[in-house]
Amino acid sequence: MNLDLSDEQEFLREAARGALSRFKTLEAAREGLEDDGARLDLWPTAIEAGWPGLLITEDNGGAGLGAYDALLVAQEAGRVLAGAPLLGPLPASLLLDRGGYARIEEVASGELKAAWLPARPPSELEESWTVDALSGMTRPPAPAASVDGGSATLNGTVAWAPDAAEADVLVAIGRTADGEPVAVAVEAGAAGVSIDAGWRYDATRSLATVTLANASGTKLAVSATDIAEAWYLTQALIAAESAGTVETALEVSVQYAKERYTFGRAIGSYQAIKHSLVEMLRRLENAKSLLIYAGFAFSDHPEEVAYAASAARSVAGGALDFAARQQIAVHGGIGATWEHDAPLTFRRAQLSRRLVGGTHDATDRVTEELLAGRGPASEAA
Amino acid sequence: MDLNDTPEQAQYRAQIRSWLEEHKSEAPVIEGDGAPTDPDEILAARRAWQGRLAEAGLAGATWPKEYGGQGAGPIENVIISQEMRRAGVPGILDVIGVGMLGPTIIAHGTDEQKGRYLGAMLHGDEVWCQLFSEPAAGSDLAAVQTRARKNDDGSWTLNGQKVWTTNAQFAAFGLILARTNADVPKHKGMTMFIVPMDAAGVTVRGLRQISGEAEFNEVFFDDVTIDSGSVVGPVDGGWGVGLTTLMFERLTIGMGGGYRSDRFAQAVGGDPAARRDSGVRHDLGELSAELEAIRWTGYRSISALQGGQIPGPEFGLAKVTMVNCAVKAGDLVADIIGPEALAEDGEFAYMISFLPGLKSAGGTEEILRNTIGERVLGLPPEPRLDKGIPFSELRAKEKEGAAA
Repeated sequence: MNLDLSDEQEFLREAARGALSRFKTLEAAREGLEDDGARLDLWPTAIEAGWPGLLITEDNGGAGLGAYDALLVAQEAGRVLAGAPLLGPLPASLLLDRGGYARIEEVASGELKAAWLPARPPSELEESWTVDALSGMTRPPAPAASVDGGSATLNGTVAWAPDAAEADVLVAIGRTADGEPVAVAVEAGAAGVSIDAGWRYDATRSLATVTLANASGTKLAVSATDIAEAWYLTQALIAAESAGTVETALEVSVQYAKERYTFGRAIGSYQAIKHSLVEMLRRLENAKSLLIYAGFAFSDHPEEVAYAASAARSVAGGALDFAARQQIAVHGGIGATWEHDAPLTFRRAQLSRRLVGGTHDATDRVTEELLAGRGPASEAA
Repeated sequence: MDLNDTPEQAQYRAQIRSWLEEHKSEAPVIEGDGAPTDPDEILAARRAWQGRLAEAGLAGATWPKEYGGQGAGPIENVIISQEMRRAGVPGILDVIGVGMLGPTIIAHGTDEQKGRYLGAMLHGDEVWCQLFSEPAAGSDLAAVQTRARKNDDGSWTLNGQKVWTTNAQFAAFGLILARTNADVPKHKGMTMFIVPMDAAGVTVRGLRQISGEAEFNEVFFDDVTIDSGSVVGPVDGGWGVGLTTLMFERLTIGMGGGYRSDRFAQAVGGDPAARRDSGVRHDLGELSAELEAIRWTGYRSISALQGGQIPGPEFGLAKVTMVNCAVKAGDLVADIIGPEALAEDGEFAYMISFLPGLKSAGGTEEILRNTIGERVLGLPPEPRLDKGIPFSELRAKEKEGAAA
C-alpha cells in the first residue's frame, strides 16, 4: 500500500502553488467585495497551467489526468482563497470529453471556456433531477429537455452556477419527459440563453443564474452515470478547496496562538484554545483521508464515487465551517474586523456550504448510499 | 496511489493465508454459537492457539529471531492481523505481553530475564499484565504511589494499588512501575519490576464496568517481596522503560477494526419512518462519513509504515473520532428502536455501555488533545506546578491543597 503522491502529482501541486503565488489573492478577496475591478480573472493562469484540459483524455488534447490530480489543484486554490475556475469548467470538461463534443480540443486548450450547470441526481427523498433553488428550501426540477436526434431544446432556470458568467459554452443538464437526464452543450450566445452574472458574499467566486428559454444545443452522448459523476466530481472539488482553506486557517491560528499572550502565557497553552485547534486538525485529517478515498473511487471503484465524494464534502464542509469560526475566535475581536483575513475565510465558508447542493445535502447522500447498500465495498488487500 | 501489496508483501500475505487456510479448523471458537460456556475452557483453548500461532511465526513476528520472532517489520504485522480477521480466527490471547511488554523486556531486560520469560510469553504458556495505572495516576502516570522498598538482602518489597489491569486474573507475571525514591522529582524516582502474580500479598479483584462485565482488574500489593533480579532497566530509571512500553502501545492500539457505518445504516434503515427522516439521515450521514474517514486514515498510517515512517501522533485522533461517532451512533439507533435497544444482552446496549469507558482508555481524549497540540501543532505546554519538585514535597502540597 502506498498512498504517497507520485512525483508527477508533487510537481502538479507545486506548479499550482507557484502559479497562484503570483497573485495577491487575499487582497483581491477583500477588495473585490467593494470593487468589482479588483476581482481576479484567473482563467489565463488556468490555461497556462493546463487546468482546463486536466481531465480531458490525451486523444482529445487534454492531459488525461485523474480526479485526484484535480483535487490537488483545488486544494491549492483553497489554501489561498483563489477563485480558480475549476467548479464550472472541470465537470463540463468531463461530460464534453466523454460526450463526443466536436470542439473538445479547444475546450482542452482553454480557447473555449466551458461551464457546467449543476444538476443533482435523484435520491429516495427527491426522486427527480433537481437544481439549486434561487431562494428557499424546495429545489426546482432541472430544465425540461426535448430531444430531437443529436440536438436538444431546454427550458428552465439554474441558479448559482459557478463560472457560468464568463463561459463560451454551457453544459446544461435537462430532464426529458420520462425523467431521464440529458447533457446538452449550449453556446452561451445562443438564442434563448440569458445569463445573470454576479457573486454572493464571497467575492472570489463567480456565479450566475442561467435561464434557458427554448435554448437549443448539441446533445452529448453520455450516460446518466456520467452526468451524476459530474455532480460528484464537483462535490469532491469543493471538499478539496475546503480542506485547503482549513489548512491555512489552522496554520495562521496556531501561529497566533503561540505569539499572543494573556495572563502571562501564550494563549495556545490554554486547553480551551489548544483543544479547539486540535479539533481543526482532526477534522482536516479526516477530510484529507476522504479526499484520498474519493480519488481512489474515481479511478478504481466508480460504484463508490457517490458515497466517497459525498462523504468528503460532508466532512470537509464541516471542517471549513468549524475552522472559519474558530479562526475568528482564536484571534479574538480583531479576527472579526474587515482588515483581518479571517473574515475572508468565513465568507468563503458561508458560501461554500450552500453551493452546488450544499454540505447538508452531501451528508444526506452519504446516508442515501448506505441505505441503498452502496456503501464501502472496496477493502484494501 | 496504490492500495496493493508490493510483490514481497503479496508473497508474505499468500504464505500467511495458506497457513491459516490449512490450520484454521484448529482455531478455537471463543464467542457466539459453539463457544464453550466455561471461561477456563476458552482460556485454555486460546493459550493453545497462541502457541500454534507462535510456532508458525504468526505471533510476535516483529520480535527478533533470537527470541522466537521473525524479525519482521510493522507492515508484516498488519498483514498478519488482516489475514487473521479475514480467516475469521481469533488473534493471540496475550496482546499486551507480546505487543508491548515483551518488546520492553527485549529493549531493557537482562539476558537472564530474556531467557527466562520471553519464550513462555510468546507461546501463551505464561500470560502477562501491565501494572502502570493507579487510582491517582492515569493521565499523570508519573504520579504513581506504589512503593518499592529495597531490603538488606537485595530483595524489594512492594506496597500499593494498581488499576485497569487487563488479564490480571489469569496472568503469571506483571510488569510494574513503582516508586523507589520519593525525594527526587517524580519522573526520576521510579523503577520497573517483574512481579509474579502468585506472590504472597498480591490480590486481584475484578472491576465491573457499566455493562456489568469485568474487563479490568484492580490489583493490590501488600508487603509483596520480589527478588533482586526483578528489576528491569536501571533503578530509578523506570520512566524511560515505561516510555518504551507506551511507544509499543501506540503501534498496538488503533490497528484493529472498529465500528462500521453499514451496520448502523442497517439498524436505521429497518424503520421506514426513520429512513425518510431528514434529521436521522443527517446524523447518520455525518457519523458515517467520519467513520469512513478513519478507515482511510488507517490506510494512510499503513502507507506511512511501509514508507519506513512511524505514523505521527495525529493518527491518535482516529480513536477520538471512532469513539465519538460510535457514541452518536448508539444514541441514534437506540432513539429509533427505543427501550428495546437497551436489552442487556443486545448488541447496542453492550456498545452503549462500553463506550464511556473507552473514551478514557489508552489516554483520555483531553490528554490526547494536549499531546497532539504540543507535539504536532507545536503549541506551548500547560504550565506545570510539579517540575523539579521532589515527589514527597509534591504529595504534601497536594494533600494541603485538597484539605484547604
